[in-house]
Amino acid sequence: EFRRFSLERSKPGKFEEFYGLLQHVHKIPNVDVLVGYTDIHGDLLPINNDDNYHKAVSTANPLLRIFIQRKEDADYSAFGTDTMTRKKNVLSNVLRPDNHKKKPHIVISMPQDFRPVSSIIDVDILPETHRRVRLYKYGTDKPLGFYIRDGSSVRVTPHGLEKVPGIFISRLVPGGLAQSTGLLAVNDEVLEVNGIEVSGKSLDQVTDMMIANSRNLIITVRPANQRNNVVRNSRTSGSSGQSTESSLPSSTPNIVGSLLQEEESDEEDIIIEDSGEPQQIPKAAPASESIESLSQIELLHESTQNGFLPSSEMDLSHSAGSISMEYEAPEPGRKSLEEDGTIITL
Amino acid sequence: MRRFLRPGHDPVRERLKRDLFQFNKTVEHGFPHQPSALGYSPFLRLMAIGTRSGAIKLYGAPGVEFMGLHEENNTVMQIHFIPDQCQLVTLLDDNSLHLWSLRQHGGASELREEHRFTLKGPPGSPPSATQVTAVLPHSSREVLYLGTESGNIFVVELPSFRVLEDRTITPEAVLQRIPEDNCSRRSCELVEALQEHPKNPDQILIGYSRALIVLWDLQNNKAIQHFLGSQQLENLYWQRDGSKFISCHYDGSYTQWAVSSDNKPAEPLENTVPYGPFPCKAISKIYWQTTKNGLPYIIFQGGMPRASYGDRHSISVIHGSQQTAFDFTSRVIDFFIIFSSDPAAEFDDPCALVVLAEEELVVIDLKSAGWPAVHPPYLASLHCSAITCSHHVSNIPLKLWERIISAGSKQNIHYSSMPWPIDGGTNIAPDPPQRDLLLTGHEDGTVRFWDASGVCLHLLYKLSTVRVFLTDADPNDNMNTLGEDEWPPLRKVGTFDPYSDDPRLGIQKIYLCKYSGYLAVAGTAGQVLVMELNDEDAEHVVDHAEADLLQDQEGYRWKGHEKLRTREGPVRFEAGFQPFVLVQCQPPAVVTSLALHSEWKLVAFGTSHGFGLFDHQQKRLVFVKCTLHPSDQLALEGPLSRVKSLKKSLRQSFRRIRRSRVSSRKRRGAGGNASEVQEANAKFDQDALQEMELAPVQRKIEARSAEDSFTGFVRTLYFADTFLRDSSRHCPSLWAGTNGGTVYAFCLRVPPAERRMDEPVRAEQAKEIQLMHRAPVVGILVLDGRSTPLPEPLEVAHDLSKSPDMQGSHQLLVVSEEQFKVFTLPKVSSKLKLKLTALEGCRVRKVTVANFGSCKTDEYSENDLAVLTNLGDIQIISLPFLKLQIRYPCIRKEDVSGIASCVFTKYGQGFYLISPSEFERFSLSTKWLVEPRCIVDMPEVTSNNHVHSKSGTENAARKSSPGDSGEDERKSGRLMEHALLNDEKVLKEIQSTLEGGR
Repeated sequence: EFRRFSLERSKPGKFEEFYGLLQHVHKIPNVDVLVGYTDIHGDLLPINNDDNYHKAVSTANPLLRIFIQRKEDADYSAFGTDTMTRKKNVLSNVLRPDNHKKKPHIVISMPQDFRPVSSIIDVDILPETHRRVRLYKYGTDKPLGFYIRDGSSVRVTPHGLEKVPGIFISRLVPGGLAQSTGLLAVNDEVLEVNGIEVSGKSLDQVTDMMIANSRNLIITVRPANQRNNVVRNSRTSGSSGQSTESSLPSSTPNIVGSLLQEEESDEEDIIIEDSGEPQQIPKAAPASESIESLSQIELLHESTQNGFLPSSEMDLSHSAGSISMEYEAPEPGRKSLEEDGTIITL
Repeated sequence: MRRFLRPGHDPVRERLKRDLFQFNKTVEHGFPHQPSALGYSPFLRLMAIGTRSGAIKLYGAPGVEFMGLHEENNTVMQIHFIPDQCQLVTLLDDNSLHLWSLRQHGGASELREEHRFTLKGPPGSPPSATQVTAVLPHSSREVLYLGTESGNIFVVELPSFRVLEDRTITPEAVLQRIPEDNCSRRSCELVEALQEHPKNPDQILIGYSRALIVLWDLQNNKAIQHFLGSQQLENLYWQRDGSKFISCHYDGSYTQWAVSSDNKPAEPLENTVPYGPFPCKAISKIYWQTTKNGLPYIIFQGGMPRASYGDRHSISVIHGSQQTAFDFTSRVIDFFIIFSSDPAAEFDDPCALVVLAEEELVVIDLKSAGWPAVHPPYLASLHCSAITCSHHVSNIPLKLWERIISAGSKQNIHYSSMPWPIDGGTNIAPDPPQRDLLLTGHEDGTVRFWDASGVCLHLLYKLSTVRVFLTDADPNDNMNTLGEDEWPPLRKVGTFDPYSDDPRLGIQKIYLCKYSGYLAVAGTAGQVLVMELNDEDAEHVVDHAEADLLQDQEGYRWKGHEKLRTREGPVRFEAGFQPFVLVQCQPPAVVTSLALHSEWKLVAFGTSHGFGLFDHQQKRLVFVKCTLHPSDQLALEGPLSRVKSLKKSLRQSFRRIRRSRVSSRKRRGAGGNASEVQEANAKFDQDALQEMELAPVQRKIEARSAEDSFTGFVRTLYFADTFLRDSSRHCPSLWAGTNGGTVYAFCLRVPPAERRMDEPVRAEQAKEIQLMHRAPVVGILVLDGRSTPLPEPLEVAHDLSKSPDMQGSHQLLVVSEEQFKVFTLPKVSSKLKLKLTALEGCRVRKVTVANFGSCKTDEYSENDLAVLTNLGDIQIISLPFLKLQIRYPCIRKEDVSGIASCVFTKYGQGFYLISPSEFERFSLSTKWLVEPRCIVDMPEVTSNNHVHSKSGTENAARKSSPGDSGEDERKSGRLMEHALLNDEKVLKEIQSTLEGGR
């Protein structure tokens, strides 16, 4: 059955509303369905939360093909990278060329709350030789599973080629998150951790930074194997000339850093849900991010900001003021913390 | 005021920061690590100590201190003051000579290196030709006589160090002038001693190693007389009138010789082996001091019977029939006698014997009967038993101060009443702004109370907790109790005693309430003692309770040490702090945190298993809470202390090895110039660094989980009167933070004072917060409605603090090793955070609230957090907005024990151990700065060598001053630490050791 309808692209609304709309359009108000769409690469990707819904709408060109399956007889393996292209046999995966050739096909299950485990980000602003990888530790029992070591790398400096100390990935634990993503490899040089350059820092410092960020780790590496780099389109060719870290304009890491930090605090809200404790975990509440992200931004922009942004002061005064009057009432914006008897989970 | 707390490039704030914060390393307290040389100037009445790391420190009257550092960091072998000058010469083990002066510079004077010099022989000559063995600064102050291994005596001009070649005294020249057949060239090998005639500056006594002694006429270049001993020579000493001298020898004998003008072979007047007849060890140095009553003092080092007492470090004093061999617990480096320096006086009249041993300075009063020791006002041996923890209390009320001093004075009755004899210079530093106490806990179960108000860290009182317990060692068993007629007449002196009877006695945590005089100390075997100050001796029973921290946890076995056994019945305690309550944790693991609330009369303690609260008024355990994670087997099975102390002792032994290696790197580039050496050094360091960084060390990256070991380890305990349950009523509360990032909050009900004994104290758990980053919680603090930290117990009652603001809402600050977080109270919601580790890769090691006053105005002060990180940096972070204010590098990150030992004061100063025996003092404040500031009076010197007039040149010296000169100081401070820690190879080993535990 096919239905065609229009949505206002600039205001897609929430996934819940969209889901309701689909049920309405298909006249299946009480049937649980899985929603999917095909992205520009021809992959069938799921739509089950606000994020991937917005992503889906933004990729509409101008049509967005949406697939709806009944949940009980859904074919989970239909989802995932390459699922559509495989059939058409058109493209080969650039990043993981042998993933499907050697290994038997892995059936990707469909968790209730689908989340990514890793991604390559900031491709447009990084030099081609670098790769920024985000590992999502939460929601998985898999260990991060990698080791780092000291080493040295050759850099172009104003004094010519110089050997400088660097931090490298020394080992991947089989079955760990790092290995399963295929985005990190032994001897990749670590350049940044969550937007902070590691040059000049000791192995122990970098270790501590990675562990401190382990719930949402973003590592920028220079892969040892440079053949699998993302090939750019012309839009980003302007920055592709910058092939070494040392030649990057000094302001770039800062901008990148702040972007990352902002994103990170989004993620942290999700992380906060998952404490690994037996208590129930509150759902991520977008409103609580305001404080988190503000304190983060402040750290990085101490020079430019004077205290809190007005919005946060409002927020703070609200929460402070609410204490006396509505102690029992659940505050919608404060779900990052939930009291369950005497136990508080953050 | 809020305006000032805003961050960013606010020019007002930036200016204010300059008025508030400033980093200086101001003074080193304690005893220099590895001393290697001693010098004394009777003229300046200053003492100099050189160390194996190339430091030189001058001490005079209390508060008069100077410090210098040889760039090469080589061992200082000898120190000689130039007679009647503010100058001294040092000889290092690379055979270089250095001239130092106390010189005025920009209105202040300082110890400065003026020149350096290395004696060079003719090309092709062996290094021994110029290896300096004896140094004699001539009383003319113009030349230095340098005796060498080859037997040549070189003459160099001062201060230029120009060699006066025509005046060299060669062995050949000496032999020519001795009409003795049995003297060969070999007799003149190695100059052992050079001594100027006390009355005639034209004559010097030359002692060669092979027992030939020659009295040499400098004017006519001839031997006046020669003396031939039978035993290898160790040293020489002139009698005051110059008619006789004394020589001491390798076989433990000494010989007196008379000087006459006829050039005949002299016969010894007297030859004695004081501890004969069996073979004795060498007498390495000897003094012969005349007195009015005619009986001389003969004072010498060594000479003990080789077989039975050869291992003793002794200095013997013989005066008529009195004879004592002072027995030191560590090797004697050198000693000197303080005697009448007035050249017109007929007799020496010695008044004090000053002995520099490897681990302490001992001064003996030779004037009082029984030769008692003098209590040194500085150079305290902090490590007489290893320091296990420190606690600083600022601004002690006068009453408590006096009571502690009075308790201490009762312990010091065996000391001499003689005023400190080394009294050169004048301390012109202003009086310390307040009375500060530094309490150090030691491995042997003692707590030492130090006066940390000023430049001289001075022992006030020593408390021992040993009496409460039954230990294996019998306190009456004294190995040194010898009968009257024992021979040799050994007498143990000094306080250095590194051997602990029982490691379980070690003190781990100390808390002193300065208002009430309550003291809580906790130790290695889970013991917690609460004490009260009593001005009289007393005998009483210590109430004893046990706290089972495992509660109903079944099936766990403690494989660590047993708990300490307590003494039955009443115990006699001397005046001072007397324990009245003992709580023993079960299992008896090391106490890892301690808090005392003197107003509520409660003490809280935590170990790796949990924490408990004890009511020391009713002497009743209020509650215990087990913090163990069921999977944490490690914490249950073994004593954490053992794991830790093994690591610690490994670290310490590595430190020792490292330092000895530093000092044994001898004679490197003896001929090269300084810059060459430096370059080589730099290259060496760089290579070592590179090597270290290329080492195949790898680190696992893994998120922390609840199952990690030692998550239950209680790191911090905190009492607060705050809004825990609702915002209308505040109540007493107890907060605890664990290694696994958990914070527990208990609501306490303390009965009012009138019913305090009748009703029990109740506690109920109110909150449990789990920090998701799971880093160890190292600090908990509640801020009042004005965002000011809550005052200490009784602080308000004593009118020393404003009452906390209970109107506005309170905030909770939780400091973990990785983050600072502020939460609202009573409903806990996250308000602010500062992520330290995620951004900088460093971790919090120590954190304290400190009050910073402005140097410009007395009206402004603010509270900030002083933080020491694992990289050795100090950061100041504002309250309550958690903005980084400023950062200073302070301790080398490899110096693990330095970082672990750091303690901050409430007014922005701090201390950390730079060696087992030395605290470095630093200041973060512009207002509170304790540093030496002194004047050395230098008598004007007339053409006559021995006549001094007493008018002085003012020499104000500051070890460091704010602003530019502070820069130099910091540099030298770092150099000093570098000297102690520059063997990268050992650092590497330590690194790998620590990894093993990671």
